[in-house]
This record gives sequence, structure tokens and C-alpha cells, in this order.
Amino acid sequence: MTMPRFAAGDDPGASFPDLLRKIGIDPFPASALRGESGRIDSTRGNDTVLPHATTCLALTYDGGVVMAGDRRATMGNLISTRSVEKVVPADDLSGVAIAGTAGLAMEMIKLFQLQLEYYEKVEGQSLSLEGKANQLSMMVRSNMPAAMQGLGVVPIFAGFDPLVGRGRLWDFDITGGRYEERDFVAIGSGSALASTVLRVGWRTNITREAAIELAARALWEASDADTATGGPDILRGIYPIVASIDAGGWDRVADDALASIYDTIMREVRSR
Amino acid sequence: MSMPFYVSPEQMMKDRADYARKGIARGRALVALQTPSCIVIVAENPSTTLRKVSEIYDRIAFAGVGKYNEFDQLRVAGVRAAELRGYQYSRNDVDARSLANQYAQVLGDVFATSGPKPLEVELLVAEVGDTPERDRLFHILYDGTLLDEKRFCVLGGDAEGISKRLESTYRADLDLATAVKVAVAALSGPDRTVAAADLEIATLVRNGRRRSFTRITDDAVAAALR
Repeated sequence: MTMPRFAAGDDPGASFPDLLRKIGIDPFPASALRGESGRIDSTRGNDTVLPHATTCLALTYDGGVVMAGDRRATMGNLISTRSVEKVVPADDLSGVAIAGTAGLAMEMIKLFQLQLEYYEKVEGQSLSLEGKANQLSMMVRSNMPAAMQGLGVVPIFAGFDPLVGRGRLWDFDITGGRYEERDFVAIGSGSALASTVLRVGWRTNITREAAIELAARALWEASDADTATGGPDILRGIYPIVASIDAGGWDRVADDALASIYDTIMREVRSR
Repeated sequence: MSMPFYVSPEQMMKDRADYARKGIARGRALVALQTPSCIVIVAENPSTTLRKVSEIYDRIAFAGVGKYNEFDQLRVAGVRAAELRGYQYSRNDVDARSLANQYAQVLGDVFATSGPKPLEVELLVAEVGDTPERDRLFHILYDGTLLDEKRFCVLGGDAEGISKRLESTYRADLDLATAVKVAVAALSGPDRTVAAADLEIATLVRNGRRRSFTRITDDAVAAALR
């Protein structure tokens, strides 16, 4: 392997995807599907069924944001993975959650994390939170040809913005459209159910604890009525991923704490 | 037809080496020290934005002396080489030895054949290990000579004098604050003092976290030197 060096006019700068293209690797190979006939339906029981990741959500609280996602990936009517991680830290002060075709989604998360760190190292300083959201938007747009074939990927991006001193969150559509949400957002197959819970329960400046409890409850209700969303897997000890991001950074809620939140919810359901 | 003057290869290499050495000697020096808790890199650098020491990868740091634009381009090339390798294989497959070899290849190539002039830089590629025995300090000279150093490493002008001072003051069991003092004393010599604001200090911390590179702020430097 030789060191990649470029002439001044040919330098890919601080963009890692551009660097990959320069050395002949297409970071979004699924975009080459352009022009091929046929549509791959990654959600239903068709000929080609691909793993699909579902419900994720994010909400703001006093001092930051909480992100959460269930652990299930489905292939048509089958469960393909019980412990997938769809909510991950993007860097010190932000996180990304992703729904859609699992393979492309995981690859996009990896590339996004890499790009943020790469930019920081090449430029000597981090991107602003808005800049990071914009970067993710461009990656989603690069994937649009694949999305039109049914291999869509839609993320949530959330983090603490030191420039304004509060948590901010964005959701995206498959065209790369980027929408900043004020209070909360949910994506994926169970999103309608989860966002109803959030809409009813969310209050301005709720505490971190209340936000975590609300996120856990929203995922519970989504999993209760949507088969593609996984609930807490008590049998195997697999719980949703719930994490908060504030000025101190990413803080994932321990499984023990989630177990006790879900205990309470289950007791409530039993006594109905 | 004009005849070019004959210059013997020995003379040409000597001229190029002199040119590079002069350029490097004009700049300020830097030192890297192994300690039980980290590798500490101390550079004399009045600028707070044009860095001499920077992060390449999880456990690997880069430092350069000489012409800033030349070693900064090499720094970015190193970040790219490391990130591409990590992306294509795994983060564990990125190591300082391979990077140092690539740097040596580039510098050697420019020195001997391809460049109109040699690069006026000396580089350090440092990698922190789980134990000090697994640390790596690779020192790359302007002509591509690659040195594998132990304990400490000195780059830049007056390297010999600084090495001599370090030889008598360096110990393997230094804590960070003392190591900084020892390094600064060696850099400044007996006749002058260097202000905290004119120092750039970074460490590769041996704590098992993914990104081990940490910069030390001017205030912390001033406190350590007190």
C-alpha cells in the first residue's frame, strides 16, 4: 500500500467519500443499481428479501437529547437479528439512529462516523452540529438511486450543540431532505405508534430521567402493535438502546435501568 | 550543443543533504519521551494554530519539524493512508511501522529521484502500546532514513545537544509533569527559558480508550512547569 498523495487541484480535501472515489472505491455501490429494471422490496415477502431495521426515535430534554431504538431487524415476516444496534454515537457530542435496509444503513453509519473523525483530523477542528447534519444529508442523497429501487435508508441525527447550548435533532427523507425538529421525532415501521406516545407525553424541558422513561415507553407501544419492532427481550436479556447526549457527551442507559423501567410498564399493563 | 556540467553522484547527494539539513536546522526542535503512563511529545512552537504535533489514528501520533507546508501535507497523507487501511481492513490493522515505511518511501523518493529539491522535514511517527515495551518511536529523516528509537527521540535543529542533555536527565519512570519539565529543560538548554505559550504538548495516553491522542492546554503546561 502506498501513501495517497494528490496534486493541489486534485486533492479530495476533508471528504472521506471523495477520497474513496479518488482511489477507485465507490462508497455507495448500491447507487449503481440505477437503470436496472425491477424493484427490490426489502420489507415484504417478495423474491428478494433483505434485512430491515425499524423503529428509532429521538427527543429533546432540558440540556440535551435522548435517542432510542429497538434491537430487531426483520426479513419479511422473519426476525433476522435480535440484537442489532441501530443507535450509535457519531462522535463525542452526537449520535445517529437509522431505519431502512440494514446492510446499507450500517455501512452508511460507519462511513458517517469515519467522515466526522476524518474531517476533525484533516482540518484540525470538528464540524459544527449543523455541518454534521448536512454531511449526513448528502450521504442519504448519494443513496437515492438505491432508495428508488426500494433500498431506502432514513436516519435521525441528534446531538448537543455547544454553539447554542442545547440538544438539537434532525430527521431526513430518502432524497436527503433534512428537517430540524423542535421536540421529538420517530422513524421506521413503528414510528406512527411511537410518535403518538411522544406527542402525548413530551413536555418542554422535561428531565433526562423522564425523557428516558418516555423513550422506553414509546418503543414499548410501538413493539406492542408493530411486529417489525422488537420489545424488551426479557428471555435473552436484550433491551432497546437508549442513550442521552448532553454537554458531557454520549451516555448509554444501562440494561439494568431499562429492565426496571420495563418492569414498571409491564406491571401497569397487567393491572389494566 | 551545450554540455551540462558533470556533477558526481556523491557531490549531488551531499549538496542535497546539506540543503535539507540547513532548512531543518532553521526551525525549532521537538522531543518525544516514553513514560509509564503515556508518550509525551513536546515541541517548541509559538503558533497555536499551525500545529507540529497531531493525531493520525487511534494510537498513532505524528510530529514534524522543518517547513510547515511540507510536513503538513505529509501529515494529511498519513491520516488518509491510516483511515483507508482501517476502512478496508480493520482498525487493529493500522500500525505505525507501516506508516513510517510509507513516509520513508516518499521522503527517500523525493530526495534521490523525483523532486527538484529534497523535502526540508524530519518526521516522528509514534504509537502507544499497552506497555512501554510495545511503544514505537519511528524517526524519519529528510532522505528517507528510518530510525527505530527507544526511550526518547529528538527532531530538528541542535538535535545532538538536546539528546546529550536528555541522556543525563531522562529516566524511564518519569510522571507526566516531570517528563514535561525534563523535555522543556532539554529543549531550551542552560542559557534560555521557553514560555509555556511557546510550547505545543500532546500525549498518547496508555489508557485503553480508542482515541489516545490528547493535547495539553497552555494553562496545564504552565502549571506543570511551575
